[in-house]
Amino acid sequence: MQSFEYANPTTVQEAVGLLGAKWGQADVLAGGTDLLSLMKEHLHTPKRVVNIKNIKELEGIQKTADGLRIGALVTMDELSKNSDVVAGYKLLADAAAGIPSPQIRHMGTAGGDLCQRPRCWYYRQGLGLLAMKDGKSLIPDGENRYHSIFGDGPAYFVSASSLGPALVALGAKVKLVSAKGPREVPVAKFFVTPKDEASREIALQPNEILTEIIVPAATVRSATYEMRQKEALDWPLATASVALTMNGNTVTSAKIVLGHVAPTPYESAQAEAALKGKTITAATAEAAGKAAVQNAKPLSQNAYKVTLAKVAVKRALLEAAKAKG
Amino acid sequence: MANTPDYSYPPMDKRKVIGQRYKRLDGPMKSSGRAKYSSDLKPPDMLFGAYLHSPYAHAKVTSIDTSDVEKMPGVKAVYVAAPAGTEVNWQGYEIAGVAATTEEIAREAARMIKIEYEVMPHLVKDDDLALAGTRAKQGGERVVGDPDKAFQDADAVSEGQYGIPVVYHCCLEPHGQIIQWKPGTDPDNKSDQIHVWPSTQNVPDYAGSLSQNLKVPATNIKVRMDYIGGGFGSKFTPDAWAIVGANLSKKAGGRPVKLYLDRAPELMIAGNRPSAYAKIKLGGKKDGTITAWQTESWGSGGFQPVNPPAQPYTYANVPNIREVRTTVSLNGGSQRAWRAPGNQQASYLTCCAIEDFAAKIGMDPIEVFKANAQYAARTGAPDTYRYQLDKAAELAEWKKLWHPRGQSGSGTIKRGMGVAIGSWNGNGHRSQCRTVINPDGSVSVEIGSQDLGTGTRTIITQVAAESLGLQMGQVKLVIGNNDLPPDGGSGGSTTVGGVSTSTRKAAINALMKLYEACAPALGAQPEDLEAVDGHIRVKGSPNKSLTWQAACRKLGATSISEMGAHTGQAIPGLVTGGAAGVQIADLSVDTETGIVKMNRYVAVHDCGMVINPRLAESQVYGAVIMGISTALYEERIMDQQTGKTLNPDMEFYKLAGIGDIGNIIVHMDIREENDKRGVIGLGEPPAVPICAAVGNAVANALGVRVPRIPMTPAHVLDTLEGRTA
Ligand SMILES: Cc1cc2nc3c(=O)[nH]c(=O)nc-3n(C[C@H](O)[C@H](O)[C@H](O)COP(=O)(O)OP(=O)(O)OC[C@H]3O[C@@H](n4cnc5c(N)ncnc54)[C@H](O)[C@@H]3O)c2cc1C
Repeated sequence: MQSFEYANPTTVQEAVGLLGAKWGQADVLAGGTDLLSLMKEHLHTPKRVVNIKNIKELEGIQKTADGLRIGALVTMDELSKNSDVVAGYKLLADAAAGIPSPQIRHMGTAGGDLCQRPRCWYYRQGLGLLAMKDGKSLIPDGENRYHSIFGDGPAYFVSASSLGPALVALGAKVKLVSAKGPREVPVAKFFVTPKDEASREIALQPNEILTEIIVPAATVRSATYEMRQKEALDWPLATASVALTMNGNTVTSAKIVLGHVAPTPYESAQAEAALKGKTITAATAEAAGKAAVQNAKPLSQNAYKVTLAKVAVKRALLEAAKAKG
Repeated sequence: MANTPDYSYPPMDKRKVIGQRYKRLDGPMKSSGRAKYSSDLKPPDMLFGAYLHSPYAHAKVTSIDTSDVEKMPGVKAVYVAAPAGTEVNWQGYEIAGVAATTEEIAREAARMIKIEYEVMPHLVKDDDLALAGTRAKQGGERVVGDPDKAFQDADAVSEGQYGIPVVYHCCLEPHGQIIQWKPGTDPDNKSDQIHVWPSTQNVPDYAGSLSQNLKVPATNIKVRMDYIGGGFGSKFTPDAWAIVGANLSKKAGGRPVKLYLDRAPELMIAGNRPSAYAKIKLGGKKDGTITAWQTESWGSGGFQPVNPPAQPYTYANVPNIREVRTTVSLNGGSQRAWRAPGNQQASYLTCCAIEDFAAKIGMDPIEVFKANAQYAARTGAPDTYRYQLDKAAELAEWKKLWHPRGQSGSGTIKRGMGVAIGSWNGNGHRSQCRTVINPDGSVSVEIGSQDLGTGTRTIITQVAAESLGLQMGQVKLVIGNNDLPPDGGSGGSTTVGGVSTSTRKAAINALMKLYEACAPALGAQPEDLEAVDGHIRVKGSPNKSLTWQAACRKLGATSISEMGAHTGQAIPGLVTGGAAGVQIADLSVDTETGIVKMNRYVAVHDCGMVINPRLAESQVYGAVIMGISTALYEERIMDQQTGKTLNPDMEFYKLAGIGDIGNIIVHMDIREENDKRGVIGLGEPPAVPICAAVGNAVANALGVRVPRIPMTPAHVLDTLEGRTA
């Protein structure tokens, strides 16, 4: 790990003043479950580390008339157990609870989950976010069993965040604050597919802190279904977060967002269209799953993930249909 | 002629300490964190070492310049292991080491070393033989009998393809040591002295290997290790890190240096289990008897050639065999013994092929394994296999739960059962033990062994206590350093046989001396005495006795110190080799996701005379857990484009957690006929059949063979959806 200056601000105002204008100057430290490994591997070599864990205003979950405000420092553990989240936003509680190992759930924060870097092993082995060699990505001809099944590159990593798809399905926004003030960005726009090595996979700017997640009030039936091979410490191979607005037993509108299958959470308009006006049955859920992967373009080793994504959608829908609104 | 004492063990029903389920003596130390592993130690003035490793799979070092780094504040020594001109053949190869006052400085300094490489072409993939080109070397064809005719005459012929990848040992305590090389500046003792605290499976031979490399006499090398955090076959020699560490210490004026591998190099360079891939054809009769066997196999154990294991495994006496084996030289870290080296691969290939043959002729695989038990080469083994196959089937409720392949119902979750066998030699290694009986009644047993985590401490103590008629707490055991009577390395499941025999002999020899000292007081001849329940008494007249304390007082001022030695040769009744095992996997496969979940796993094993059934079972549990992890998750993944290992970590090198294991049922096959053979090692045999049993259970569940281990969703769905895996 490269030596760095360590800053311990207690207000957001103070913290944003310590950030840099360019990536590489400063890094925000929340739970550190990702940042520490990035620094040990020399993938991030910030000159200054800004610890935000002493900033009280970033803590807590508040229920308001408009919905929920989730502070950036709320841990996965809190999120998975908070009664308001469990009662009204089951897909989000499911997603937080699915993150493996009590240690990570207790240390990892909601803000950190959204801002964590991809786990693509080419990136983590120091071969770059897009793993380009001689102008071409190494991934299509390489070891791509865990990579994306949607899109045409040049990014083939998958978005690592489990909360991302759930928050996109809920139409949530994030609040980003810089020295110039706050802005709000829909989570669906927060995740971006980088086009070159210098870009990032999130809309956060180097001088900004993600301070809170704003989830609109909603009456939905929802669930997140994750495909994980192991019970122990493991990443999902594919997930589906679904939120259904119902009229009786009929779906009036559906949000269906896949995780771990593309460089961003992947919202499937096809699957959403397939469900509109339908009741959820094994057959309609299956059809929605098929629709969700209609545009999949698997790589040489990951056609199996198309099946997993399809089944994740089906199973999430069947679970959501059982769940209370 | 001096009387040779009778070293034989008392009959099963007369044993007091042997055969008891004592908990391991070091359990409380380890579970409370008080046990100090070598990597926990911090001798005064210790420096931290860090390595520079090759980032390339194949390259030549063209220049290396450490001058700037040597001047860095805190850096005390730099040692170049791969000077300019060195060709490195795998990623992670040790280039240079740095010793510094803190870990951070050492790491930073190692990174700052100026080095240039000429990158050379590499091969890192072994699963596709066509890719290997000239890196593949085919061995000669081995033919037994007349395979062509046997295939022609066969009632049925089955064919299959199977593969088992390179996996790591993944020791929790990485490879390394703390080492101190003190120059001989003392006017009375000019020779250099080395102290080393390694993580090793081989305390007794460590100094000998190190002395050859460092040119310091082995007598001046002190080796000490109390606890080890896993070895599994990968920690027998001092290795490059000891040489580099020693040289750093010497350069730093004799300060101790701690040099351990980080996780990534630990996985890349500290050993792995070779891969094996094969196309196998079997011919046989409708009654299940195999008559012809043909194998084309290949695999890789790294840069040095390693042949895939011979086929068929264990059932080696199949009358007609044709076999061609090919080894692929890769730019990857070298293989090392991995808990029954060669055997998991061999068992996987053979037992999957047998199960495919059973499916072809529509027979229950248990019956097919029984029908071919006659081919087990070791005398007596065929009967053992027949017995253990039935026993395992009974414990797994095979008759109730097994179904013909693919007939697993219409639901998406399919349950399957699979059986496989293993074998291992496990003869005791050479060993020497000293037993000391003091006039105050205290007893020490000294042996230059190590406890690999297998319970060696506990079983030595049990054998000594049993032999002396004492209780466990009355025997003090000293192991773990090279001043003690030399023992062997803990490998090949040879430890228990070696240490039990030398301990038994030393204890009996010491007891004979004690008998001589107290015979007059008891008015008897020494040979008429026995040691029972803390007393020395006259055989047949139990009231003519002395307490142990009183007997020892007869020694006057002189302690007894007697040696016992085991040469490594089998001794009927005391120690021998040759163990069998049968295992059954019961699992469920989600056919929509390809996710495999273990329900239950049955392991039946014999290992001769069992000194401690609890510890024996522990070995089996540990081996099965490790094996299930390899069967479902583990695999080294390398990128042919860059030559890099992509998962040298514990995130994508996936290890099972306890929730992934299911319920394990261990049955130790403790029968009189096994017991009377003597002690046999057990560390390795239970690690053998797991990939095979799991692979067979998956085939049974799905109705189709998933050729490649591990049984991942990718492999399962690729097979179900007809993609070539
Ligand atoms: C083995 C393993 C398995 C895992 N499995 C999953 C999984 O299944 N699903 C999943 O979603 N995650 C998973 N995780 C990741 C884990 O959830 C994240 O590491 C964690 O959420 C990150 O939160 P943190 O607070 O520790 O972030 P940190 O490590 O402190 O920060 C991570 C990154 O985000 C930036 N950052 C953090 N907070 C802010 C903020 N408020 N504003 C601006 N930037 C910020 C940091 O600068 C850094 O770049 C896994 C991790 C491991 C090690």
